[in-house]
Amino acid sequence: MSPPVAPPGWSRWLVPPAALSVHLSIGQAYAWSVFKPPLESALGLSGTQSALPFQLGIVMLGLSAAFGGTLVERNGPRWAMTVALVCFSSGFLLSALGAAVEQYWLIVLGYGFVGGIGLGIGYISPVSTLIKWFPDRPGMATGIAIMGFGGGALIASPWSAQMLESFGTDSSGIALAFLVHGLAYAVFMLLGVLLVRVPRPKERADGTAAPLEGVQVSARDALRTPQFWLLWVVLCMNVTAGIGILEKAAPMITDFFADTSTPVSVTAAAGFVALLSAANMAGRIGWSSTSDLIGRKNIYRVYLGVGALMYALIALFGDSSKPLFVLCALVVLSFYGGGFATIPAYLKDLFGTYQVGAIHGRLLTAWSTAGVLGPLIVNWIADRQEEAGRHGSALYGTSFVIMIGLLVVGFVANELVRPVHPRHHRPTPEAPKEAADVPRQQPESA
Amino acid sequence: MSHDSSPSPPEVPDRRPLIAFTWLWVGAPLAYGLYELVRKATQLFTG
Repeated sequence: MSPPVAPPGWSRWLVPPAALSVHLSIGQAYAWSVFKPPLESALGLSGTQSALPFQLGIVMLGLSAAFGGTLVERNGPRWAMTVALVCFSSGFLLSALGAAVEQYWLIVLGYGFVGGIGLGIGYISPVSTLIKWFPDRPGMATGIAIMGFGGGALIASPWSAQMLESFGTDSSGIALAFLVHGLAYAVFMLLGVLLVRVPRPKERADGTAAPLEGVQVSARDALRTPQFWLLWVVLCMNVTAGIGILEKAAPMITDFFADTSTPVSVTAAAGFVALLSAANMAGRIGWSSTSDLIGRKNIYRVYLGVGALMYALIALFGDSSKPLFVLCALVVLSFYGGGFATIPAYLKDLFGTYQVGAIHGRLLTAWSTAGVLGPLIVNWIADRQEEAGRHGSALYGTSFVIMIGLLVVGFVANELVRPVHPRHHRPTPEAPKEAADVPRQQPESA
Repeated sequence: MSHDSSPSPPEVPDRRPLIAFTWLWVGAPLAYGLYELVRKATQLFTG
């Protein structure tokens, strides 16, 4: 399948909605928890079992993004969005069948395995295309799409809950809800498939396609550079720090102010979690767009350096001031979202646009690692502190010190990022391989 | 009196209606999600 090339006069402002239609759909994954209690009661599942479709989905997201990236680059965004649509939608349809016949394994296979492939391919599908359409504002462009992934859960969470309320929470009600999800998301994502176009390649005077300008590194070669692994560390540390708060946000704010004159109710804690989601989303578009102005390296200095400072403020003074606690947590979560959204533009600065989508896909393994690391640290330490008889904010003190340490590690990794050595650059017709020792354009942010 | 014999450039269709429709397509559900989010978030101050 050849990538769909934009006709003359095609507006680049049609590409972000195409990307958003995919990301707003697949972002539903983070609203899976809505289905957990009904599934547990209808199919007699444990909490661990009802979480499995989501967990497998996230594992498949990481794997398909890492291993499918090169295919996405080769076949183009329309192919990728079609694969994402078919997998994500049929995942729901298989799950509907599973719920209807009360076969749990079909839900795991459908939502987790098949749907998870849709998540991974869908996540990376518009990245490279957006960067090519918005070379002047790559941070803003990818920020819009990746903000959509955060927004997807905001839409799906109340929508799915209302649907279950209408259809019922027995197995046939869940089956019907899955069916409607599968069909509605297929229609919604179809806009992206029909709309997405790649920009027309620049042409030379003889009519042949001009080579890409600036540094270009293949996905295969990118893995051999220290820059890729430094950014892997940067992303992993930033995400771990964000998840550290996100994972236990509701119990954390309750514990912090349990022994004060203004304890936090369960309802207020739910409001705090919602506010964190808003900060996460706002950070994706806001900070990523800011990176176009101040540079990628500088924005990660802010995410990691100021993030560590925010953690230190929570650890030292968090339990004495609720506004301070909330403000610091919101800033950390906005950096968490910003870190996700800015990384494609950072990769573009370092490796060029040639296979940036595939490189981004491989880098997302850092997200999978952080997804395990962050909750593990916070939960394990909180459990040990509780066993030792501690309570309130004392449950989290050690976790916060560890998070500060991880952010410092990320900060140092970001400082070590330098332009990619010319030996990794892809040779162009103007610069044949034997001449590739000559340094070319240096990335502006590195 | 001479006539300009060069072909006129192909007319580019107006994309603004399509742009408006596509942004509405993705903007409407997002606005619904944000509305629900704001409703829940206010519980922090009122709950």
